[in-house]
Amino acid sequence: MRTLAPGRRLGLLLIVSLLGFGLLGPWLAGTDPAHQILAHSLAPPGADYWLGADHLGRSMLARLAHATRLSLMLAAVTVASAAIPGTLLGILAAWRGGWVEGGLVLVADAVLALPGLLLVLLLAAFAPGEFLPLYLGLALAGWVEYFRVARAMASGLLARPHVEAARLLGFGPGYVLWRLLLPGLLPTLGVLAAFGLGSAVLAISTLSFIGLGIHPPTAELGSMTTELLPYAYEAPLTVLMPAALVFMAVLGCHLLAGRGRA
Amino acid sequence: MGRRFLDRFLRPVLMRLVQPLLVALIVGALGFALMAVLPGDQAFRLAAARYGPDMGDAAAAALVRQELGLDRPWAVQFLDWVGRLVRLDLGHSLVTGEPVLQELTMQLGYTLALAGVALPLSALLGLPLGLLAGLQPGGPVDRIMLGLSVLLRAVPAYALGLCLVTVFSIHFGWLPPAGFEGWREFVLPALTLALGLAALSARVARDSVAVVAASPFMAFARWKGLPERAVVLRHGLRNAAIPVIALLGLQLVGLVEGLVIVESLFSWPGIGHALVHAIFARDVPVVQGTALALGLIFVLVNALVDLACALIDPRRARAET
Repeated sequence: MRTLAPGRRLGLLLIVSLLGFGLLGPWLAGTDPAHQILAHSLAPPGADYWLGADHLGRSMLARLAHATRLSLMLAAVTVASAAIPGTLLGILAAWRGGWVEGGLVLVADAVLALPGLLLVLLLAAFAPGEFLPLYLGLALAGWVEYFRVARAMASGLLARPHVEAARLLGFGPGYVLWRLLLPGLLPTLGVLAAFGLGSAVLAISTLSFIGLGIHPPTAELGSMTTELLPYAYEAPLTVLMPAALVFMAVLGCHLLAGRGRA
Repeated sequence: MGRRFLDRFLRPVLMRLVQPLLVALIVGALGFALMAVLPGDQAFRLAAARYGPDMGDAAAAALVRQELGLDRPWAVQFLDWVGRLVRLDLGHSLVTGEPVLQELTMQLGYTLALAGVALPLSALLGLPLGLLAGLQPGGPVDRIMLGLSVLLRAVPAYALGLCLVTVFSIHFGWLPPAGFEGWREFVLPALTLALGLAALSARVARDSVAVVAASPFMAFARWKGLPERAVVLRHGLRNAAIPVIALLGLQLVGLVEGLVIVESLFSWPGIGHALVHAIFARDVPVVQGTALALGLIFVLVNALVDLACALIDPRRARAET
């Protein structure tokens, strides 16, 4: 924390407070996000509903908190599923070289031949509205970035004298991996992961907005915008809320990633 | 040695040749799998699409099954599917019954028109700002530009589009929120796309200008007495342009993604909109055709970007050919 630049600290603060909102919000709201009271449709923010109610009289606070938690958790799972295999495969490629490396590079290039969103959309076509294809698509499109960075950095590190010395002295692959390679890779991969988290939040909400992500009645930031859009005249503030949360989450991730990446 | 050869020489050349084939293969395989796993009998679906829903009876289905050989082993069918894909026989839409290729050519026109307006617009918005910011890193223009870029890139494209519609169509009533007749309909979709792209390109231009401005060869050009104009134009811009153009390639991933989102938002009759609709309707031939078109646009533009980089940077052309 002390070593972080002010911008990145702000990003961390944003994400932590959003996480706190997601975890505490349901408890603060005290109602189920699906509980409807039609008489309270589009109620403005007030004592009963701190953030107002949506068109079906559901508590916006409860729904937004659930949706925020869902978004951040799905994004985190997606990023972990892309980053961990991607990093390990990248190190493996740099370590073994030869046909292992050639084969993996070929697969990575094949994935890069398609824009990521296209892959996600094609997989989403198998089961629109379900999380699994969305998750698979994002992870499949995402691991390549970690693979390429890990491979490039690991091959540089493996050629460094202290790593070569450790290997010649007979330290096992576990030691070299944990003590010598990963500590060198982690800062860069952390930046990638923070950036990837933002991209995942954005992708999930965007796909849900156009109807190919998570469907109502599940509270999700993108699909909530779609649901509320017809009421933009009556309750402009309420319509803005889900998109504003997406904005804050993505901004937090980008700030946390820092200026290391354009 | 082996790795350098692989990275520097073999891969770029090979990839350019293999990429379109890979795109076709991946999209084709997913399309084939999609067709196979959808519920119901494929032959009935195709028959209904071809002869109208009333004529899609068992006899018609049998005819289709016979004609397309749907009773053969799936490996043979897959090869056949790929073969038809290679000949650009994309089949017929399961919804309208029209040949997919015919629908695609119309949608492609709309998509290219939108991209053709949005890309220059984003360059016009982003590059001068990036240039100004990069000439004085840390200065006021730079700070404002960086802040704007970070903020703008965190706004989801759909929210940006909705905000623009709210302001310009609903509040002021200046521009139509949807439609595709004249130039006025172009403004909001193109602006939505362009703002998202400009946020990135301004940032890239700024970094690359800052690096070049601080470089020894710029200082040397001044020391040897070249007029400032020649320093900036001959030594500065050309060197600063290389990373910008290279990153344009990356930006084009954003363009393809943005097209899908913006076209859906504004009901623009292009390829991205058609793809999303076809996914809803489970219209596999159209899904496959539109995905293929978007993928190939991506590959083609990437190749053009590489070519532009090689043309503008003689070092790179020498290193790679």
